[in-house]
Amino acid sequence: MRLAPLGDRALLVHLGTSIDEATHRLVRAVYARLAAHQVPGTIELVPAFASVAVHYEPSRVPADVRGREQRSPYERFADRVRAVLADVEADALPAPRTVEIPVRYGGADGPDLDAVAAAHGLRPEEVVRLHCTATYRVYMLGFAPGFAYLGGLPEEIATPRRPEPRTAVPAGTVGIGGSQTGIYPIVSPGGWQLIGRTALRLFDARRTPAALLAIGDVVRFRALAADESLDLAPA
Amino acid sequence: MICDVLHPGQLATVQDDGRVGHQQEGIPVAGPMDRMALRVANLLVGNDEGAAVLECTLVGPTVRFDEHTLIALTGGDLAVTAGTVPLPLWRPICVPAGTMVSALAAVRGCRGYLGVAGGIDVPRVLGSRSTYVRASLGGIDGRALRRGDRLPIGNPTELGRRIANAVAGDRGRDRVTIAHWGTSTSLLPRYASSPVIRVVEGEHTTLLTPESAQQLWSSEFRVGAQSDRMGYRLEGATLALKAPCEILSEAVAFGTVQLPPGGNPIVLMADRQTTGGYPRIAEVASVDLPVVAQLKPGDRLRFRAISLAEAQRLYLAREDNLRQVRAAIALHHH
Repeated sequence: MRLAPLGDRALLVHLGTSIDEATHRLVRAVYARLAAHQVPGTIELVPAFASVAVHYEPSRVPADVRGREQRSPYERFADRVRAVLADVEADALPAPRTVEIPVRYGGADGPDLDAVAAAHGLRPEEVVRLHCTATYRVYMLGFAPGFAYLGGLPEEIATPRRPEPRTAVPAGTVGIGGSQTGIYPIVSPGGWQLIGRTALRLFDARRTPAALLAIGDVVRFRALAADESLDLAPA
Repeated sequence: MICDVLHPGQLATVQDDGRVGHQQEGIPVAGPMDRMALRVANLLVGNDEGAAVLECTLVGPTVRFDEHTLIALTGGDLAVTAGTVPLPLWRPICVPAGTMVSALAAVRGCRGYLGVAGGIDVPRVLGSRSTYVRASLGGIDGRALRRGDRLPIGNPTELGRRIANAVAGDRGRDRVTIAHWGTSTSLLPRYASSPVIRVVEGEHTTLLTPESAQQLWSSEFRVGAQSDRMGYRLEGATLALKAPCEILSEAVAFGTVQLPPGGNPIVLMADRQTTGGYPRIAEVASVDLPVVAQLKPGDRLRFRAISLAEAQRLYLAREDNLRQVRAAIALHHH
């Protein structure tokens, strides 16, 4: 564990240098601990692949005990973060939630499915089968409201991004970009290979929480039959 | 009370102190580009300092209040008039019902703030009224103002009423009245069009080549045309790393200076994403973020490194200044 400043109002707790299950579990444990034992001055926490950021308000970090020369808010805050995390362990994490994402693959919903299949010498059905068989893990959220970075895409269907990004990808579109797969939560430009679409709302500002997925969730995709309505997908 | 939008201007949005507490869901903070200007605009009209105001960019808007209203203008100077009366910055102002308040065009800075006693009372979305256009959150339907929009204004606080009474006094409520007092500029950010921006080192500053490190501290950068509320693209010296550097996406902050592969740094601003995967070569000191926020495309800036301890000392001093402003206003309207 290594602490570093992120500007003058945030701090990063570094927990590793790679995307892997052990680091991910430690991220979740640190995130849970800092949420449950908030260091005074904390504004909010942002967990990521291998780090947890703590945004804090320097003017609300408690002063040092009297008689000591006042150290900077960062030094005082970092000390307290270290103390809270002194005995943190990744063992006691709650069991992850599993979220199933019904997807209509191919056609207008997934215009790049055939291209992805062709790139790997597979039939489109095989791409769908591989995409649905795998179990994915939400490593972090970022990039856009409700966007989950998923680990676990089978290597057989990892596909480079498109050379020219599309200007508007509809919300709910499922894509593959390199060794990642993900779901566009809101309409946005995007360069991923689009293979399908879900009716689930990955982001809904009227809902609490607004993001469908959270760090640590297990995600599985389920293929809808071509004649199954996208809108009737179970929510 | 209602504020009618007669002309929307180039980009005017409702902003409060930001959508805090949802970054773990990937939801950006948004909020004001010039946070100091937002806070002072609110203090001058008796609001909570994080209440919703209008952030107006470069040109316009023109608005009209349907009642006698206490307002304040802060941040950049957009040459605002009430009817034919030119309005000063950083002072409480009373405008009569029906007066057209028009921002013409920026004569200094880039973003003007219009605070209204009672605050702009659009619904909160995820705890905040701040507009975030990319995901259509907050403000008026998550977008910039349009002609014909009607902004609901909240009820002034008791302090706001006292300030309004003191400003209008016995000069009546049918003319524009301007307070004889305002926020001393010595308490405010040092706005400039070619500023030296103080930054603390980023976590990856040491990965720059020696020449690039030298250029970061010595050369002048220009604010690129592609700059917006999300980030400022800097043109000038192209910076390079000693070796390609793989960084896992992780949190970024307001003022993080990223270095994408092209070598032109980007300063992340109010609408920044919650996380990023580019090297972070500097972090703008919070006290100088308002100065950056007032730069327009084409303006120039230089960076100067200060220690983190110094940046935080300056930040606490700035917060003390704000406390003084708040206390003085409350004391004089007791």
